[in-house]
Formats: sequence, structure tokens, C-alpha cells
Amino acid sequence: MRFRFIFSEVGNGLRRNSTMALSVVLVTFVSLTFVGAAALIQMQIGELKRDWYGKVEVTIGLCPDNARSTQCAVGPVTPDQEAQIRSVLEDGPVSDLVQKVYYETKEEAFENYKRRDNQGITDLLTADQMQSSFRVKLNNPEQFQVVSDAVAGMAGVDYVQDQRDIFSQLFKFLNAATIVAVALAAVMLLAAGLLITTTIRLSALSRRRETTIMRMVGSSRTLIQAPFMLEGAVAASLGAIFAVGALYASVRYAVGDWLQSSTPWVAWVNEADVIAVAPYLIATAVALAAAASLMTLGKYTRA
Amino acid sequence: MIRFDSVSKVYARGAKPALDNVSLEIERGDFVFLVGSSGSGKSTFLKLILREERPTDGEIYVAGRHLNRLSSWRVPQFRREIGAVFQDFRLLPNKTVYQNVAFALQVIGKKRHVINSSVPEILDLVGLAGKEKRLPHELSGGEQQRVAIARAFVNHPPILLCDEPTGNLDPGTSIGIMRLLDRINRTGTTVLMATHDDEIVDQMRKRVIELKAGHMVRDQDRGVYGMERV
Repeated sequence: MRFRFIFSEVGNGLRRNSTMALSVVLVTFVSLTFVGAAALIQMQIGELKRDWYGKVEVTIGLCPDNARSTQCAVGPVTPDQEAQIRSVLEDGPVSDLVQKVYYETKEEAFENYKRRDNQGITDLLTADQMQSSFRVKLNNPEQFQVVSDAVAGMAGVDYVQDQRDIFSQLFKFLNAATIVAVALAAVMLLAAGLLITTTIRLSALSRRRETTIMRMVGSSRTLIQAPFMLEGAVAASLGAIFAVGALYASVRYAVGDWLQSSTPWVAWVNEADVIAVAPYLIATAVALAAAASLMTLGKYTRA
Repeated sequence: MIRFDSVSKVYARGAKPALDNVSLEIERGDFVFLVGSSGSGKSTFLKLILREERPTDGEIYVAGRHLNRLSSWRVPQFRREIGAVFQDFRLLPNKTVYQNVAFALQVIGKKRHVINSSVPEILDLVGLAGKEKRLPHELSGGEQQRVAIARAFVNHPPILLCDEPTGNLDPGTSIGIMRLLDRINRTGTTVLMATHDDEIVDQMRKRVIELKAGHMVRDQDRGVYGMERV
């Protein structure tokens, strides 16, 4: 009886204030889409780190013939120096961090460069002008600094480069995008909260007659307030569900179909990630509605 | 049933009290008129009984409860002991007569079979049998007030508060309403009625409590409206 009463009141309220309810739905929809997008970007960063950090290597560039850097002032690397560097990596104190050491000759470096070159620069170069290097694969890419410190000062070492640096620019961009999305989401969520407050207020005013009678005949405060609270919660949750739908569609069609096929070697976020985010979005919507209700209702439906 | 012990009510700090040191007792089954000009404190008196307001000073006991100590979450339960009728009827315009009365029971969680048996019974008592499906605007003022009384009394509260129930009605219709209230009073219900209607008070010859600028200036059994007529 009471549940029927509450739900019919919620239905009536939403119908009576349909334009307000619709605006709550839309604003929560947009704001939660931003929140969800921010979450998915962070998940994407996680995916990329998991995927790429396993593949990255530390490059130890060895002094070439005509090096300009001060480390190589004494001349190009000698076979002795190369053997010493290799022994530090393979048998020295950092050997337990190292998974594999691969030596790249000048010729191989030249060939590799030539494959990636589409501007004809390699026509002007010879293999002798290239630099030989050690490619070191670490058990844990986060341990780069330890390995770098062990070899950086050694004779014959020109530079030590962490390939993760290449990604750090991308991650910086993605993190900036997250901040922008979160900032926009915060503004929109505030707007959504204010709208819910206004909706509840309007609804409470338009139903003042009923609530006055309910108070008079001794109906509990919960029963008086529940329809209003639910109204806000229903509208906000509907917005959240739309947001989940929008995120699902964009991940499925934009990321899944398009990005995945154009860049199949990248691990992209997928539908499962959207499903994982969904409960949090809906919870945010409900929490928002609850907060807005608490701020408003005390004033308009006091006992 | 209702007891005021030196009750005062001041709305704004420093303002003149709306009710000033009022003490009185209304017994179970009493029929009491509350008279006085506008601003004499009648509305405040009724609001204090309904615990819509709390006294600034003094103690109030209603239906066995000490209202000063009644916590706010118990107020709804307490209000079920009091029926209230107003000058402007306060019916829901989009609900039928039956639905208006049933609403009062629905929202305090009464079972459907209770509603199905109590509503026709009370509509019969107030003389509206056969008009269950009418909407309020299809009824005369007197009939609308009967619906309001039915709604207030359907739960058989021990106290019925009436705030100018005949204020919007013509004298003939008012008499009908008064007969109804008298009948309800004879079931043992305490009736407290605030009114300006001197003819009714004079005719009924019930207890009269008169307020003037917040003071109780008269408490008279079988009284009349104005002192000057005695």
C-alpha cells in the first residue's frame, strides 16, 4: 500500500515537473559522461603501462668514432670497455634486475634506422656514422634508475636512455585530458545538484496541499519525503544510465571498431571497463540526489 | 485531555507575546468554543495543541502526552490522536470525496480492508452517502466541509480541532455543520472550535474560552459569544 503510494507519487511528480526532470536527466547524463570518460582515460593509461612497460628497453649508447659529448672525449668505445659493460650487466650487482642484454652493432642500427626512414636521410649516411649500443630488457622497468647508475659513469658509455620517456609525453597528455574532464564534470555535477534542488523545491511547492494534509493526519516524515527524494534519485539515475550507455557506445564503436583496427598493437579500453565504471557512476548520481534532497527537504516538508 | 500550565508563546524576540501565561484544562468529551478577535491568539493556541509550534514558556499536555518533551519523530504518531478541520476545507481538488477521505488513512499506512470499511461508514455519518465519486468542485461549501470533517474523524481521534469551520458557510449550512460536530462530540470526542460566529456560539450554549491579546479573559460554562450580551 505504502510502496504503491510512494511510487505513484513519484510518477505523478515526474510527470507534473517533466521539463525539470528532463533537465536533471540531461545534466547528470553529460556530467557523468565526463566523469566516466576521465575514469576510462585513467584505465587506458593503466592498460598502456601494463602493455608497453613490458616491452620497453634501456638503451645504453656506446661512444662512436666522432662523438661530441664529454663522456666520449677520449675516443670511441673499445672492445675491452664493451666487455666490461656487458659483465656489469650480466654478472655485476645489477644482473638480477636484468632480463636480457642484446648488443646492437652499427650496421644493425643503420638497418633499423633505414627501415623507419621515409625521407631518404639514410642515403646521406653510412653505417660507420651510427652508434653501437646495448639494449637491456629489465625484469621490472621501474628499476631503470638503478641500472642506469651502475653503467652511466663507465668508460665508453655515451648515454643511457629509458624508453619510457617516449611514453611520458603521451601520459602527460592523457593526464591533462583527465584533469580537464574531471573539472568539466565537477562544474556539471554542481549544476546537476542545483537543478535537483530546484526540482525538489518546485515539486514540494506544487504538492504542498498533499504534504500539509499528510502532516496534519500524522503521516510519517519518511513517507512525506520519500517521493521527493526518489524523484530526484530516479531522474539522476536515469542520467547515469544514459551516461553509461554513451560511454559503452563510444568504447564499442569508436575505440573497439575504429582505433582497435587502425592500431591493433595498442591495448585499448574495452566494454568490460565501462561495465566496471558503471556502478560508480550510478552511485554518484544517487549520492548527488541524496545530498540535494537533504539540503532542500528539511525546509519544505518539516514535521 | 488538553492542559495548559502557564503557557506563553513569543514568536520574535522582544515582540508582544501571542499567548501570555494561559492556564486551562479541557476534559475528555468537552465541547469548547474558542473565541476572540483576529490576533487574539486563537491560531497560536491551536498550533500549540497540534505541536506545530512549541511554547516559549509553560507546560502543555495533550492526549496524555507532555508536548514539551515529545521528540519530533514521535510527532506524526501524536497527530493521529487529533483531527483537524479548517475554514478553507483543504481538500485535494483532483481526488474524489472517497479518495480524499481514504487518503488520510492511506498515508498513515492503514490496510486496504480497513479503508474499505471505514470510509463508507464515516461518509454515511457526515451525510454524504451516495456522493463518494464527486469531485470537491462539484460539491457545495457545506458538503466540502463535511468531507473535511469526515477526513479528520475517519480515524476516530479523541480530539477534534476546528479552526473557523463555518467561516466560509452561510448560516443555514453552518447549523448543519454544527449539528454534525455536536454528534461527533456525543461519541465522546473532545471538540475544540475556534470561531467568530456569534450566532452559533449563542445557540449552542457550550463552554466558551475567550482570548484577548494573548490573555485568557473568560472561561465560562454554557457561555455566549460576547460578554456584553450576558
